Amino acid sequence: MDDTAFVIAGRRFTSRLIVGTGKYPSHAVMAQAHAASGTEMVTVAVRRVNISDRSRESLLDYIDTNKIFLLPNTAGCYTADDAIRTAHLGREAGLSNWVKLEVIGDERTLFPDTEALLEATRVLVRDGFVVMPYTNDDPIVCRKLEDAGAAAVMPLGAPIGSGLGIQNPNNIRIIREFIRVPLIVDAGVGTASDAAVAMELGADGVLMNTAIAGAREPAAMAEAMKHAVIAGRLAYLAGRIPQKLYATASSPVEGLVNR
Amino acid sequence: MFITLNGEPHELDGPLSIADLLTKLSLDPRRVAVEHNYAIVKRKLFPDVRVNDGDRIEIVNFVGGG
Repeated sequence: MDDTAFVIAGRRFTSRLIVGTGKYPSHAVMAQAHAASGTEMVTVAVRRVNISDRSRESLLDYIDTNKIFLLPNTAGCYTADDAIRTAHLGREAGLSNWVKLEVIGDERTLFPDTEALLEATRVLVRDGFVVMPYTNDDPIVCRKLEDAGAAAVMPLGAPIGSGLGIQNPNNIRIIREFIRVPLIVDAGVGTASDAAVAMELGADGVLMNTAIAGAREPAAMAEAMKHAVIAGRLAYLAGRIPQKLYATASSPVEGLVNR
Repeated sequence: MFITLNGEPHELDGPLSIADLLTKLSLDPRRVAVEHNYAIVKRKLFPDVRVNDGDRIEIVNFVGGG
């Protein structure tokens, strides 16, 4: 059925699945998973070059940047200043002015510091970035991020790497009603059904890393995620039936031979 | 002379450009970003910016992440 295009800051994507590049058993397995997922955008982290050991292969040798758009992140940053600095380094190292903005507030949960996140969003938007903030599932914060100029808003489904699935589905639905920019559920997906649920709730896309990279067969899970995102999107567009407590027969109740 | 490279002391023979430093380190200038004394250096200026004794240099690249 007809769908509106998935467009972020004027750039059109066919796939609604954004995939990470961390924690795969090898770069080769990552490349297979990316291909199987059909993704057109992958996240990368910005880190110091290892000066003493130059033997390790470059991640970029395993990403076809003609087909896959690179989205640098600010993972590991705990202040707005660190995130802003890292975003600028990512822009220089890469090919675009896009950033997945993370400002983490707590090491154990990796929950975002939304106050610092808002501050960093304002600064980076002013500096000409396309800002995609990773945030919590608070509709008010999401609305403030949109007002601050975020090109998309990316609430978590559950803590990063937890695989718990969408913990607060009602908030995702409310966020969808609150904001006009794309809503991307980022983090918390554990398996394909979680990705489908995110899309059924009205998300425009899903971003995941561990669910694919940590699966026993990353490429197979990546393919499952591709189908789940497509299925969830279709179900959202198709309009699900209302939930009822009691049964409603699907077969006619008239004309039974034994009456 | 000594510089601080990615947080560690690093000895160099003498003053050189950022581009020279990257060559010395076998790094592809198209795949890194460089900070010189906390200021980002545009890639096209790598041959022009001189590294001097005591400078702080950060060289970053993309690694796997989510």
